[in-house]
Amino acid sequence: MHGLLSILIWLPIAAGVVVLLLGDRYVALVRWLALLASLATLALAVPLWMQFDAGTAALQFPEALSWIPRFNAQYALGVDGISMPLIALTALMTVPVIIAAWTVIEKRPAQYFAAFLIMEGLMIGVFSATDALLFYFFWEAMLIPMFLIIGIWGGPRRVYATLKFFLYTFLGSVFMLAALIYMYVKGGSYAIEHLQGLPLTIAEQRWIFVAFFLAFAVKVPMWPVHTWLPDAHVEAPTGGSVILAAIMLKMGGYGFLRFSLPITPDASAELALPVIALSLIAVVYIGFVALVQQDMKKLIAYSSIAHMGFVTLGAFVIYAIVRNTGHTVGTGMALDGAMVQMISHGLISGALFLCVGVLYDRVHSRQIADYGGVINTMPVFAAFMVLFALANTGLPGTSGFVGEFLVIIASFRASFWYAFLAAVTLVLGAAYTLWLVKRVVFGPVTSPRVAELKDVNGREFLVLGVLALVVLLVGVWPAPLLKVMQPTIHHLVSQAIATKL
Amino acid sequence: MSEPAFLWSSLAPAIPEISLVVAICAVLLIDVFMGDRRTGLTSTLTLVALAVCAALTVEYGHVMERVVLLNGMYVADELAYVLKLVGFSVVAVVLLYSRRYLVDHGILRGEYYVLALTALLGIFVLVSANSLLTVYLGVELLALSVYAMVAFDRDSGVAAESAMKYFVLGAIASGALLYGMSLLYGLAGTLDLGELTARLASPSSLGVVMGVVFVVVAVAFKLGAVPFHMWLPDVYEGAPTSVTLFIGTVPKIAYFALALRLLAEGLAGMAPEWTQMLAPLAVLTLVVGNVVALVQTNLKRMLAYSTISNVGFIVLGFVAGTPDGYAAALYYTLVYVLVALGSFGVILLASRKGFEADRLEDYKGLYRRDPLLAFAMMLLMFSTAGVPPLVGFWAKLRIFQALWETHHLYLVIIAAAMSVVGAFYYLRVIKLMYFDEPVAAIPPAVGGAGVRLVLGLNAAAVLVLGILPGPLLNLCARVLH
Repeated sequence: MHGLLSILIWLPIAAGVVVLLLGDRYVALVRWLALLASLATLALAVPLWMQFDAGTAALQFPEALSWIPRFNAQYALGVDGISMPLIALTALMTVPVIIAAWTVIEKRPAQYFAAFLIMEGLMIGVFSATDALLFYFFWEAMLIPMFLIIGIWGGPRRVYATLKFFLYTFLGSVFMLAALIYMYVKGGSYAIEHLQGLPLTIAEQRWIFVAFFLAFAVKVPMWPVHTWLPDAHVEAPTGGSVILAAIMLKMGGYGFLRFSLPITPDASAELALPVIALSLIAVVYIGFVALVQQDMKKLIAYSSIAHMGFVTLGAFVIYAIVRNTGHTVGTGMALDGAMVQMISHGLISGALFLCVGVLYDRVHSRQIADYGGVINTMPVFAAFMVLFALANTGLPGTSGFVGEFLVIIASFRASFWYAFLAAVTLVLGAAYTLWLVKRVVFGPVTSPRVAELKDVNGREFLVLGVLALVVLLVGVWPAPLLKVMQPTIHHLVSQAIATKL
Repeated sequence: MSEPAFLWSSLAPAIPEISLVVAICAVLLIDVFMGDRRTGLTSTLTLVALAVCAALTVEYGHVMERVVLLNGMYVADELAYVLKLVGFSVVAVVLLYSRRYLVDHGILRGEYYVLALTALLGIFVLVSANSLLTVYLGVELLALSVYAMVAFDRDSGVAAESAMKYFVLGAIASGALLYGMSLLYGLAGTLDLGELTARLASPSSLGVVMGVVFVVVAVAFKLGAVPFHMWLPDVYEGAPTSVTLFIGTVPKIAYFALALRLLAEGLAGMAPEWTQMLAPLAVLTLVVGNVVALVQTNLKRMLAYSTISNVGFIVLGFVAGTPDGYAAALYYTLVYVLVALGSFGVILLASRKGFEADRLEDYKGLYRRDPLLAFAMMLLMFSTAGVPPLVGFWAKLRIFQALWETHHLYLVIIAAAMSVVGAFYYLRVIKLMYFDEPVAAIPPAVGGAGVRLVLGLNAAAVLVLGILPGPLLNLCARVLH
């Protein structure tokens, strides 16, 4: 279908603008319109996946229009095996966000729905842009709705959290922009493909790598620039947390795969070790930090940082593999692992935040201490929560297992200790997640508020049920996902280990 | 050498100035004879006059080639043509925004309109200057009109103080300009900017460098670059908001032209010297403007420091010292004027009789009271912060690009870091409007659908030019090729 990507971007944005204009006077209409738009976007993502040719690494569904002739910048879209699954994830995760907010959001509901629809379009834009300037345009524009979502519908410390979120990401991005402009001045084009082929000296690559690293490391987020994330997650409304964890963090990982590795391969190889070290710190140290959290959302936020550590580990461990073994066996597996981990973490963390949202809507507390014995009053909900918690620990049969397993196996080829430290997460992850479940879900009913809880309604059941199915599907049968990514990953490995010098 | 016979038709490229002078005389006379009986008439008449002048300019004043008139005193080129049309429209919007404010404060007088037009005339003279004398004439005509505008609310002590400060410091700047010009004239033996370029080239004698120093100081003063910025916050805060709107927007076009005509054209040969002088000025301006803006509690004063920080970016365009850098500075200036127009417009529209709406806390919960104003202000603030999809992003990108092309790594890093600092205080305004609860005591908004439509269009322009920046970027590059 021609122009499919454009429709995927602009349909939700247009719907968002209509919803915004309709305003709060027609709440019922607005809700249905928002749901319809997000479902339509999801439906359009189906042909995107179906018609995707898994036999090539070339960009598919290409579109190109002249945008800013002065900068030789094009409105150029296209997807490959890395971006297509992420677009599908974006389209999938927006629907539960809309449904979860159905009656829960009482303050300015129209603007809430509009913000998420506009976000969806912009996020799909980020993943499908093949022109770096267009990419940056969507990347930054996304900050505006998220800033408002946290700031308007957030918790008590929302202003602090949203300002911190905005300034952190803005700081990182500005330097990425400077690097992009530098490469444009040198090469005369913003096309990502052109930037990937641009010859750069090692000194230039180092600068550019650092600039990119600032932008992507903040977004992932990597230790030590992760501190905005727990604040943002705790204060954001449920939908905001879901989108933040499920999609926005993935943009950092996507950036590493799309920009850092292919554009600055030599600097990436040179600086891989510190990045691996930071990733392992995120996996191990943040795992311990998650263990002591009192707030459910904060715990899941720290768990996100630890899990995203696998993505950066998988992306950069390929250089250690090549260095230590002299050949590229296992590099594809590492990148596969990073990609699957992104998709899987998007599903699981999103689902966990939705679970917390379900509890929060009833009890209005996120403190672990306020719960206990939820299974007695909400058995169905407890089943979902336990499933997602187990997926979060990386239980075989769930999507959480596939990504972590691939990355750990690949790390073994680089060094036993990388794999060992990465595997610590299996213990730590199990510890903090299961302890959370034990304290919240199991045990006797501890407070009157828990005793009065009503189990999930049909709306919530639908949302959690669909996500549970997808989590299990990817866990049991990851082959289709791996298959669409394979040629692209293969191509990426060849770009990432080729030298530009 | 015999002069060819003078032809009136040869003056056609000067039609903007000629028609404007006629309009000024007409407005002045009609206002005097109508007196205070028909206060609304002058404002309507001025708008009509601006429209007629702009139409005449489009019809007769459009030049594709550079034309030098009046014995080399006056130049008409496409840049001047574009800047003059921008001048007409910006002044028209300023007058639209300020009308109700003037009525509410009992200062709707003809002088405001006449002074706005004479200031515009000064701007035009400056924009089309091809000689040091014309430059000076334009600078003074503009400055004197603006001093009077700041003071024209006679009963306001603060305004009088601001005007005095502006006048005294402005006189020093004019003195510096004149002194620098006299040195240049003495050493080069010409007032003509084109001749000056031909005769002065780097490396040059100490005397010429001295002359350049004084000219740079004057330009920095007029633009409001640190450390010559002291007048700016006080004048912005002290002047009636309608006047702040005027001086915050229209003269910026003129001061861009001042820098361009004097430095980039007249002293092109001395570029290695003055770019070196401007670079530290730009850095200081960015740092001081952004950092001091963080702690302001008055919105007008905060926007004044924001202006200073934006001036830092404009100066960076000149530091690049290439046609591309000047085009970037021009684009930045036009974008800045568009956004400042809207921002001060919001203050004017939010104010009522007895309520200035100039403190930041007055904007708490503005979203509840007035969604349109809040939404417009949000777009404008995000634009100034340089966030896409708004036009301010492209302005910053353009400056970065010009700096990379001339290998100014450290300036890029400083400018990038400072735009993050700047983002904080723009976000704070949004936070007040959208995240905070409104203060009960503020009277509700009053009508003026037409003005609100103009403000809506102003904000929409910021968004549309941000999504499709191509045409304006091309225009700026073309007029400065």
